[in-house]
Amino acid sequence: MAVKEKEEKQPAVPIGAWAPAVALGWLIPGGGHFLLKRTGRGVLLLIAVTSMFVCGLMMRGYMFQPQTGDLLTTLINVGGFVGDVAGGILYLLTVWLGYSQPDVAGHVHDYGTKFLVVAGLLNILAMVDAFEIAAGRKE
Amino acid sequence: MPKMNLSHFEAAFLFSLFTSVVMGIVTKSNDRDRLHYGIYTFACFMVALFGLGWLMYFGHG
Repeated sequence: MAVKEKEEKQPAVPIGAWAPAVALGWLIPGGGHFLLKRTGRGVLLLIAVTSMFVCGLMMRGYMFQPQTGDLLTTLINVGGFVGDVAGGILYLLTVWLGYSQPDVAGHVHDYGTKFLVVAGLLNILAMVDAFEIAAGRKE
Repeated sequence: MPKMNLSHFEAAFLFSLFTSVVMGIVTKSNDRDRLHYGIYTFACFMVALFGLGWLMYFGHG
C-alpha cells in the first residue's frame, strides 16, 4: 500500500509582515533583526558582514559588473554582481564614493573579491533569517 | 582606504571567522545551539584549511 505523505502547507504570510524587515535587512546588514527586536543577533550580523566587506575593500577586491558573453563569463560576472549588490548600503557607498577597484592580478586582490561577494551572500542568509522570524516560523 | 596585505592563512582565517558567525546565527533556533554550531563550523573550516594545506605540501613533494 502506497503511503502518501501529506505535505504540510504553511499559510502564506502577508507581504506587509516581512517586506520591511527583508528590505531593511538588505540595506543594512542585520537591519531586519533590529526591526524585529533581535538586537543581539543584529549586532553580530552587522559586525560580521561589514567586517568581511571592509576587509574585501582593503584587500582591493574587484566589484563585478553584470557582463554577459559565454555561459561561464555570464555566470561569474552576473553571479558576482548579485553577490556584491546584496551587500546593500555597503555596496552603494563603495560605488558612490568611488572605492570600486579595477580587476588586478594577485592572491590578495582575489581574496578581496571573494570577501566582497561572500559578504553579500551572508547578508542574503541574514535576510532569509529575518523573513523566517517575521513570518513566525522561527524565534 | 588603507591597504590590507594578508597571507593565505590570515585571509582564510578571517573568512572562516565571519562566515561561522553568520552561519551560527541564521541556522539554529536558540543561543546555545547557535554558539555550538558557530564553533563547529569554524572548527570544520580550520580542519579543512590545515588538511588541504598539508595535502598540497605533500602533493608537491
